[in-house]
Amino acid sequence: MQIHIPTPLRAYTDKQETVSVSGSTVSEGLAALVAAHPAMQQHLYTPEGKLRSFVNLYLNDDDVRYLPAKEETAVTPTDELTIIPSIAGGSAATGCCR
Amino acid sequence: MWADAATLKDTMPTAFEPETAALPKLTNEEIARYSRHLILPEVGMEGQQKLKAAKVLCVGTGGLGAPLALYLTAAGVGTIGLVDFDIVDESNLQRQIIHSQSTVGKLKVDSAEITLKGLNKNTNIIKHNTMLTSANALEIFKDYDVIADGTDNFQTRYLVNDACVLTGKPNAYGSIFRFEGQASVFATEDGPCYRCLYPEPPPPGLVPSCAEGGVLGILPGLVGVIQATEVIKLILGIGEPLIGRLLLVDALAMSFRTMKLRKNPECPMCGTHEIKELIDYDQFCGIPKPTEAGPLEVSSHGSTPDLPIVDGIPQMSVEQLKARMDSNTAPFILDVREPHEYQIVDIGAPLIPVGDLPNQLHRLTFPKTTEIVVHCKSGARSQRAALFLKEQGYTNVSNLSGGILAWADRIDKSLPKY
Repeated sequence: MQIHIPTPLRAYTDKQETVSVSGSTVSEGLAALVAAHPAMQQHLYTPEGKLRSFVNLYLNDDDVRYLPAKEETAVTPTDELTIIPSIAGGSAATGCCR
Repeated sequence: MWADAATLKDTMPTAFEPETAALPKLTNEEIARYSRHLILPEVGMEGQQKLKAAKVLCVGTGGLGAPLALYLTAAGVGTIGLVDFDIVDESNLQRQIIHSQSTVGKLKVDSAEITLKGLNKNTNIIKHNTMLTSANALEIFKDYDVIADGTDNFQTRYLVNDACVLTGKPNAYGSIFRFEGQASVFATEDGPCYRCLYPEPPPPGLVPSCAEGGVLGILPGLVGVIQATEVIKLILGIGEPLIGRLLLVDALAMSFRTMKLRKNPECPMCGTHEIKELIDYDQFCGIPKPTEAGPLEVSSHGSTPDLPIVDGIPQMSVEQLKARMDSNTAPFILDVREPHEYQIVDIGAPLIPVGDLPNQLHRLTFPKTTEIVVHCKSGARSQRAALFLKEQGYTNVSNLSGGILAWADRIDKSLPKY
C-alpha cells in the first residue's frame, strides 16, 4: 500500500511524499509506517494508542471512518492511503508568517 | 441530451439561489463590462443579475481573501463584505495581491477597498474592521448570502463554520500550508460541515504553524481562486460545487485530488444540532485568552504576551536582555529557529532548532542550573523549547518575549525583519 504523507508531516518521513508499506489492512500499514518512521507515532496516535481524532485517513477516496471494517479494512499493494491533516493557514496576514 | 441536462440541473445541490423576481437590472455600462459572461449561456443575463444581487462575505483579506475578493469584484458580485482587523505589512505583499506598497501601514479593509473600487466602481464594498468573534459573527453573517472562509487559525475556522450552520449560509472554505491546500463547500443544507471533517482541533503546538513552515506565495492565489469559483457557482446554481468533497491541492506535484466527505449524523453542529449557539473557540482550541488588547493572530499562533511568567517560564523582554548583555551578565542565549531563518538574521546565539532539541541536548555542555534565555522569531517556539528544557531538568530557563522581531524593532533597528 502507498501512504501519502501531507506536507506538515513530511518532516517525520525524511521528506518523503509517499511511503510504501506492507500490511494486509489499513492498521497494519500504519503500524509499518510508524515502525519505519517512529516520529510519526505521536502525530498519528494519542498516548493511549488511539488514532487522533483530527487525523483523517482516506483509503483511495473514501473516509476510513465510514468503511464497514474501518481501520481493519483489507488493502492491496495498489491501494492508496492518504493522511489528511488539519491545516488552518490562509489569511496569513501577520499570522501565517510571524 | 437536453433532458439529461435538465434533470441534472434539477437534482443539483444548489446551495443558494437569489429570488429571480427581484433581480436588479444591468445598466448599459454593466452589459458592456460583463459581455464575456453574458454570452456564456451558463451565466447569461439572468446569471449576471444574480451576481449583481449577491452579497458575499470574505472573512480575511489576506492570502486567500485577496484573489477571492478581486475575482468576485471583477465578476460583478454586487456586494462584498470584508472582515479584517489588521494593517498591511510589507511582508504581506509576497502573496496578498489586493494590497500594495502604497497601502503599507493602512488598515487592510481600507487598502482592499481602494484596490477593489479601482477594479470595479459598481461594487458595493462593506468594511468590517473588526476581529470576527462569537459576539459579532451571527450579526455580521446575517446580511450575506455566501461566506468565504479565508482565515488563518483554527479558532476562527470553527467559529466561521458554526456561524454558517446556525445562519444557514454556505461556506466556501480554503486553507493552505507550505505547498499544500484544501478547498470545500461546507454547511449547505444537506452537505457536511467543517466539524464533520474535523470534529476536534489539533492540540496547540502539535501541528506546525505557518510561522515554522512558511507558505509559497502563489499557493493562496491558487486556492483563493478555487474558493471564488465555488462562490460564483453557488450564486449561479451551476456545475457541481465542492459539497461533500474535499479538494486537495499539492503545488509541488501539481496534483489535484478530491476525497468524498460525508455529513456525520453524529456531528454536534450540523447532525444532532446539539450546539445551538456560538461557543468560546479559544477554549475549544486550547488557546489561552489574549491577555491584552491586540491582534488575535498573535495569541492564536501561540506568541506569548509580554508577561513576567507564562506557564512557569519567565518572559524576558529584549530591553532586559540588552541591559544584561551591556553589563556583561548575559545568560546563555539559545536560538531555536530553523537553519534557513538563521541565514536571514541572527543575534549571535548558537542554533538548535526546536524540533532537534531532544536529540541535541548533549550540546548544552553546562550545568542544568545555568541561566538560559531561549529565542525564536516571535516568542512562540522558544516558549515551547523553554518548557521542554524545564521538563528536562534545566532550572533557570526564560523565554525572550517577542523574539528576534522584537529585538530588531526595539534594540538593533539595522537588522532585517522577516
